[in-house]
Amino acid sequence: MPEILDQARTQVLENGVGLDEADVLALLNLPDEDVPAALQLAHEVRMRWCGPEVEVEGIVSLKTGGCPEDCHFCSQSGLFTSPVRSVWLDIPSLVEAAKQTAKTGATEFCIVAAVRGPDARLMKQMREGVAAIKAEVDIQVAASLGMLTEEQVDELVEMGVHRYNHNLETCRSYFPNVVTTHSWEERWETLKMVRESGMEVCCGGILGLGETVEQRAEFAAQLAELDPHEVPLNFLNPRPGTPLGDRPVVEGKDALRAIAAFRLAMPRTILRYAGGREITLGDLGTRDGLLGGINAVIVGNYLTTLGRPATDDLALLDDLKMPVKALSATL
Amino acid sequence: MTELVGATAADLWCDRCGESAAAGPHQACAAARALEPPRYCAHCRRRMKVQVLPVGWSAVCVEHGEIRG
Repeated sequence: MPEILDQARTQVLENGVGLDEADVLALLNLPDEDVPAALQLAHEVRMRWCGPEVEVEGIVSLKTGGCPEDCHFCSQSGLFTSPVRSVWLDIPSLVEAAKQTAKTGATEFCIVAAVRGPDARLMKQMREGVAAIKAEVDIQVAASLGMLTEEQVDELVEMGVHRYNHNLETCRSYFPNVVTTHSWEERWETLKMVRESGMEVCCGGILGLGETVEQRAEFAAQLAELDPHEVPLNFLNPRPGTPLGDRPVVEGKDALRAIAAFRLAMPRTILRYAGGREITLGDLGTRDGLLGGINAVIVGNYLTTLGRPATDDLALLDDLKMPVKALSATL
Repeated sequence: MTELVGATAADLWCDRCGESAAAGPHQACAAARALEPPRYCAHCRRRMKVQVLPVGWSAVCVEHGEIRG
């Protein structure tokens, strides 16, 4: 057994203290033959500190495309030659999407907009949309609307948005290679305000943007410092027309290493499978990740791409005897 | 309207990359389309307004109307 796994067994599994950056790096550098043991340990950590339940979420794009920012992985930037066009979702369709999501057994419904930050029109759409959902659908509403002002944070709290997603995307040292229209620190500022407001903080990122293994460890440590309620873990799905459109997808083994490492850095967080898992891990890898530290999934489609049918993921959870977290458990 | 996956014999344009359907088999596009909605109208090559939903999607061409999947 590699020394780092012995150390993690005591430190993380028994004492609930996450690994630091150097230890995460040691884990990310484990040879292939030790990855199953790392996943097994990460699974034990997840079961010990989070339990067997899996939180299921659906997401929808309220405002697609035409974004003024230049996040190099994103097909919704208006600065690239991506074929994604700008489109708004109307309130009845938003409510219908929430109903479809609730039917899967999901307890979370995240409303996302491709913007630098919300303007008055978007906040109005949110106010009406969240109220309409709450009147008709039994589900928790989360939001992801970019960078916020204090006033907007307060407004979202008032609307009843219980969790706010704002991904740091990658570590601080690599961020300028991925985004040039705003800074990592600006994102951190929004996350601080969200935390202080009482909303739950959801913050993760994307692996495979060209970051080094060292930078992946740096990212895990920075997320651990933030201590978010939830960490969505995406794997780059290279999008045509974006600056990262020709990057290779993350190797399955590296994705699984990262899942184990992020779990061992953050033993108590909700670690969610987000975009890209279908092409990076496939069906078998998806299963391995759920047995290696993941305890939440986005089911159904993503914002501009499609996912596996929700029924496939729910059948897998059933097969793994992992109960879907009930709404009562989230309140 | 029936969903069309990738370029078919009746299409003039590939609905994923927007290039001529006759220019090649577009196998990579067809494979990618398993996890992507169409982006270009297969009849006129216009970029469509696409809304992805948790279950399904819709794509609207201003000239040829809406398709759903």
